[in-house]
Amino acid sequence: MKTSNKAAMAALAMCALLLAASQGLSQSRASETLVKHKDYFYAEIAKAPEKARQRLNPLETDHDAVTAGGNLFLQHCAECHGDSADGGRKGPSLRVQEIQGATPGALFWLLTNGVVRRGMPVWSKLPEPQRWQLVTYIKSLGVKSADAAAQSQQSNQ
Amino acid sequence: MSSAWRTVVGSMLLAGFLFGTSGVLAQERPYIVTYDHYLEEPGNLEIEYFSTFGTQRQGNNFHAFWMEFEYGVTGWWTTELYLDGQTTFHDSTVFGGVRWENRFRPLKHEHFINPVLYVEYEHIKGADKILKEVEGHDVELDFLDSNAAARRETNHEMEFKLILSSNVKGWNFSENILAVKNLTNEPWEFGYALGASRPLALKASPKRCAFCPQNFAAGVEMYGGLGDRYSFGLHETSHYLAPVVAWNLPSGWTLRLSPGFGLNDNSHKFLLRWGVAREVSGFGSIVAKMFGRSE
Repeated sequence: MKTSNKAAMAALAMCALLLAASQGLSQSRASETLVKHKDYFYAEIAKAPEKARQRLNPLETDHDAVTAGGNLFLQHCAECHGDSADGGRKGPSLRVQEIQGATPGALFWLLTNGVVRRGMPVWSKLPEPQRWQLVTYIKSLGVKSADAAAQSQQSNQ
Repeated sequence: MSSAWRTVVGSMLLAGFLFGTSGVLAQERPYIVTYDHYLEEPGNLEIEYFSTFGTQRQGNNFHAFWMEFEYGVTGWWTTELYLDGQTTFHDSTVFGGVRWENRFRPLKHEHFINPVLYVEYEHIKGADKILKEVEGHDVELDFLDSNAAARRETNHEMEFKLILSSNVKGWNFSENILAVKNLTNEPWEFGYALGASRPLALKASPKRCAFCPQNFAAGVEMYGGLGDRYSFGLHETSHYLAPVVAWNLPSGWTLRLSPGFGLNDNSHKFLLRWGVAREVSGFGSIVAKMFGRSE
């Protein structure tokens, strides 16, 4: 076998190994850690600094913000949190008191910073107005009853 | 099976995989050389194809191409495999080599300047022409050797980058400082890449559309070599300035285009780069299922 082929095979084998290892890191205890992640995710919002929490949503009264935020949610967030934000495979429900009761500024802070150690990416890659549109949409959803949320979370999974 | 058939079958399998899996809208920056601080989302795989057409004074122009497989292992670790090759006109097509790259995000939260650490192992031929980074005293004359001669040289290199990136009023500013060590007895080489970009619109449209301005991002990047340990600086180095534009389609595809211009006589006069990328959501889950695991 030529040296270049050996190198390519070694690289592919390394990637397969890495992929398997990453599965161990990211998936193995997925079901049991989802509950912990959920708690961690909700607890994270309480860590928003006071200054961030007090920020007002400049698009709160923008009529288009809910629709635009809904589109952004489907494109970027629904994969983890479910199409109706009731919780999905990887992300917890956003229609719970912990989220709906948070200030728009705290939600904006959470979106901006993510929960990187628990798998939620930072969303500062979206420009600020788009993050405020997302906040407007999420706040428009309201709290869903625990039974209904559990049912739709099961169907999302 | 002939290599042509292998290529066709491989391409069909890849195309089937790409079209058969669900994509998510990737909010990608338009940079081709510069890195910002955003990592791949955990469990997602991004498959990218890039081309570079380059002019060559006193020699044959070339078309270099590479595939990238970028996987988000965790929220703070992204790993990537590169395979590349090149065609030198009036010469031949050769395999360029393999790169394995890892990026780590050390900080939990966003800051005014966000650092990312980058480590890459490269097993590349002397015929490698993708110009994914410019380092040391890389100059246009290095590309004059025929492919037959250049492919005989094999380099094992480690590359380290400090990636710094900031967002200000919709703009992204990224600075990369790189250090490369050939694992044979050669000195450390240095280089840089700088980028600035902005989406064409900061607010999203309430309509779902492919041509909405928020789906486009434009900017400029500049990159070049900074010599080596014994002769650090701009002497006998090459530098490029390249406008960049990206189009993020709602279907999960991203297109990038970048005409690059050499800034001195050591640089290729013109580089035309373009790329297409597809983000596959939930790739980690697909693999988990293949191994008989459910999430």
